[in-house]
Amino acid sequence: MSAFLTLDGVGYETGGRTLLHGVALEARPGETVGLVGPNGSGKTTLLRCVYGALRPTAGSLRLDGGDLLALGPKARARRVASVPQDNPGEFELTVREIVAMGRAPHKRFWEPDTAQDASAVDAALARLGIADLAERAFPSLSGGERQRALVARALVQRPSLLILDEPTNHLDIRYQLEILGLIRDLDTTGLLALHDLNLAAYYCDRLYVLKAGRVAASGTPKEVLTPELLAEIYGVDAEIAVHPATGAPVITYLPAGSGSRIVS
Amino acid sequence: MRSRLRYGAVVTALLAALAAAVIAALGLGSVAIPPGQVVDALLPGAEPSPFRTIIVDVRLPRVILGAAVGAGLAVVGAVLQSLVRNRLADPFLLGISSGASTGAVLVLTLGIGATTAVAMPAGAFAGALGALVLVYALARRGGAMTGARLVLAGVTVSYILTALTTLVLVSSARPEHFREALYWSLGGLGSARWDSVWLPAAVVCAAGPLLFALARPLDLLLVGEEDATVLGLDVARFRAAVFVLVSLITAVLVAASGAVGFIGLMVPHAARLLVGATHRALLPVAALGGALALIVADLAARTLAAPQDIPVGVLTALIGGPLFLWLMRARTERGAAL
Repeated sequence: MSAFLTLDGVGYETGGRTLLHGVALEARPGETVGLVGPNGSGKTTLLRCVYGALRPTAGSLRLDGGDLLALGPKARARRVASVPQDNPGEFELTVREIVAMGRAPHKRFWEPDTAQDASAVDAALARLGIADLAERAFPSLSGGERQRALVARALVQRPSLLILDEPTNHLDIRYQLEILGLIRDLDTTGLLALHDLNLAAYYCDRLYVLKAGRVAASGTPKEVLTPELLAEIYGVDAEIAVHPATGAPVITYLPAGSGSRIVS
Repeated sequence: MRSRLRYGAVVTALLAALAAAVIAALGLGSVAIPPGQVVDALLPGAEPSPFRTIIVDVRLPRVILGAAVGAGLAVVGAVLQSLVRNRLADPFLLGISSGASTGAVLVLTLGIGATTAVAMPAGAFAGALGALVLVYALARRGGAMTGARLVLAGVTVSYILTALTTLVLVSSARPEHFREALYWSLGGLGSARWDSVWLPAAVVCAAGPLLFALARPLDLLLVGEEDATVLGLDVARFRAAVFVLVSLITAVLVAASGAVGFIGLMVPHAARLLVGATHRALLPVAALGGALALIVADLAARTLAAPQDIPVGVLTALIGGPLFLWLMRARTERGAAL
């Protein structure tokens, strides 16, 4: 149920521009690995290469030692799920219908849904707290509700690697914490792009910092999130403390020019 | 899961309406035949009678053609709307009917074939196939076939072929070609004969279950290219294959009846309002609704201004247009997002 993902020298080039340069990354079984970095640093491109929407132009991607790129779309979808960025869609499918699509990679295309499929869908809806929205039209939901439905769909897919691109966009803070907590607690290996460095610091086992398509730093949140790194990557001053209750680094951004230091 | 009870009720109501429409369409016309005698004449071992000749030899092939073309257009429309992820798509968006028109008009003006009754459908089918090959090649050029590329290629080919058709007609020495071409392009079931109706009927009977079996991957297309990929569908290949399949169906239908408008756009919409957008529910209801709509429209077309046949395409648009607007309004008032 949890996969070992290894990326080595992954590059992606399109229209003469190189968006990723020699990215090496590892996500060990059960780990939650965060990708952070400024807008345009290549987080989404890297995720799309892993879940199969883009084909990298260089390097290798291995899942449990096997070549990820050699898998057919369906075989890949049984092992790698992704929660896409929000997209309400043109047609009025219900939440249950959207979530049930997560069963597709496990079925022959003409096979109807069984009672087991239905109970997998029920369980995922309940886990995300949206059981009462099951018969609602998906486009009529709020952004946060849609996001939770898409996470439910990814769970129904029963992947060994779960990829999330900014899973906390549109979510109220309560659901941000709930979704990230859920992902951290899953056996499934998680690879997620996050904007919020404090959430990344608390919920991720390890972080990779991308800048201009390259890995600028990697390691545990404590190793990676330093005032020097934030100054170099984001061009901001910040104070970093260790939270007494959570033990995770807490970042306080400082107005430009007020200096940065470590408080312990 | 939408209520099974409600789905059953919708299908039952449509089947009942379809049966009533078939009996009405077989009974009404220049000679009116009471429903009881219509049913008697259809039973196996019925005595030969003038009524039976009218019903079985004249009206039945026309009703069968109407059911096949109506069901076929509605199903193809529903599938194409999912294929390009746009509810405004119809079976004629992607150039197939324009190709058919060009083929039919070329046959007409060049005087190929002894009788136009055989030659025009053949020309139409050849033209539709030509358009299909052209659109496919354009949409596949330089990479994967996306919905946007497919629409762009289809609309472009459509414009070029329409221009070509007009050019051929304008250059024709015989003005009656205009009228014949216009009548053909408006669509109609008047050409229905036992020796020709089997082809569209067989194609629809074979293609319907095939598309129904593809309901799951068709559903995946609704959530968009990238999501469908993540859910394990090879989107470009599936789209290309389904495009070829629905285009072939459209080509057969257009060759048999001309381009009957509006059914392929409106019926899928109405069906979605009734039973939702998943294809396992949608396609059977669209098929029944399409057959019902075209049989009723054709009955009106041949009785309203009898003995004159009004082109049925004119009626489907005239009746269907306002009905469609009413549906959309009802939907907006319920607060649904358009």
